[in-house]
Amino acid sequence: MDAIRIEGLTKKYKDVVAVDDLRLFVRKGELFSLLGVNGAGKTTTVKMLSCLTQPTSGDAFLNGKSICKDSAAVKSLIAVSPQETAVAPGLSVRENLELMCGVHGFSKGKQNAKISELTELFGLESVIKKKAGKLSGGWQRRLSIAMALISEPDTLFLDEPTLGLDVLARSDLWDIIRSLKGDVTIILTTHYMEEAEVLSDRIAIMKDGKLLICDTADNIKGTAKTDNFEQAFVRIVKGVAK
Amino acid sequence: MRMLTFAGRNTKEILRDPLNLAFGLGFPLVLVLLLSAIQANIPVKLFEIQHLTPGITVFGLSFMTLFSATIIAKDRGSSLLQRLYTTPLTPMDFILGYTLPIIPIAIAQCVVCYIAAIILGLSITANILYAIVFIIPISILYIALGLLFGSVLNDKQVGGICGALLTNLSAWLSGIWFDLDLVGGAFKKISYALPFVHAVDMERAVLAGNFAGVFPHIWWVLGYAAILLILAVLLFLRQMRKQ
Repeated sequence: MDAIRIEGLTKKYKDVVAVDDLRLFVRKGELFSLLGVNGAGKTTTVKMLSCLTQPTSGDAFLNGKSICKDSAAVKSLIAVSPQETAVAPGLSVRENLELMCGVHGFSKGKQNAKISELTELFGLESVIKKKAGKLSGGWQRRLSIAMALISEPDTLFLDEPTLGLDVLARSDLWDIIRSLKGDVTIILTTHYMEEAEVLSDRIAIMKDGKLLICDTADNIKGTAKTDNFEQAFVRIVKGVAK
Repeated sequence: MRMLTFAGRNTKEILRDPLNLAFGLGFPLVLVLLLSAIQANIPVKLFEIQHLTPGITVFGLSFMTLFSATIIAKDRGSSLLQRLYTTPLTPMDFILGYTLPIIPIAIAQCVVCYIAAIILGLSITANILYAIVFIIPISILYIALGLLFGSVLNDKQVGGICGALLTNLSAWLSGIWFDLDLVGGAFKKISYALPFVHAVDMERAVLAGNFAGVFPHIWWVLGYAAILLILAVLLFLRQMRKQ
């Protein structure tokens, strides 16, 4: 069974079609990137898949569970790390992790084990007692993704996880995302072409709510007849390569 | 359990902000002390400690509106709510999680005001305990206002609407600082059509041991609290769907 199967997903806001009859699948353990210029429909797609927005028509199935008919089951399978750093600023790093354990109903023992595991994975030991609001952007992003992983999701949505980070912080975060590959299905939205090319197993490019292409980075470059992924993206979005 | 975790987080966020402590607990305390000092020099019946304290405890609750509205607006702005909407927390968990932590803070504020009043000469009677109990429905009214504003405004707008406008309305239209009969007319009618003066009159009656005098004010307070709470829940659910 695919981790995600999207069947004719459409979202309309009055006269605007934000996502138009989207059809694709994502394999289990795959790191799948959604690319597109602003307004392409990436964030709306992620919001529908994470049950934050109801589709106008169509459906999507996460591990076979419908986002329309079984959103509670879908929510138990997923976690979201939103574009803005979604941390509780007045709580310490540990308290933020405890908050997520608590809202998922973990026992004290499981909570401690999970926090230790994620603290080590994300290298949060040195900042564990610091207030989240006082951390740098890079550390806040790390914490934000660690909070998303608390629930041991089957599918993790990362919405522009490295936006605004410096080169080193981005490189560190890439290492962490790479280390998650295989265990968790990851849906990544990003504006950084290099990030998508380096990290992704497959990439979907969207424009005006429509899916233009869905393939590996190498095959997309082949389709666009270029060795440069950014150039391939531009050609496909501009309609030069079909 | 899930709701309590969320409520615990909200309590920490509110209490760890030094400005909240300064305004929530400090400001009403300063007002009690200042107006008592004025009363000592220029006696005014309205500022006698048994009249003043119930008014200040009600006025102090306008900061509870500010607390609840600010935390909700900030959570909406930072996407923390968006993250939490994808967890098993239910809409009721959110509403209770934002409401319940502020009630003990409101009670604590009320207790601090009465302790200060006792030091300044208020007689110790069981009515003080009743006055503290009666502050609970009034605090729910003010918290519901916060839930309502926090669901529709951003954190900067909340500062203006709740921090400036509401605190002023709550002060002018409540009969705490001046007798509404002195103004009379439409001003008095508008004041008595709103819940603030009823809350103050109810608290004054309770502290005076005049329990018959609680009516009809309590119906105004409970009615407004119920309507505002229902409206706040609907608006919160609406913004939740919009997210």
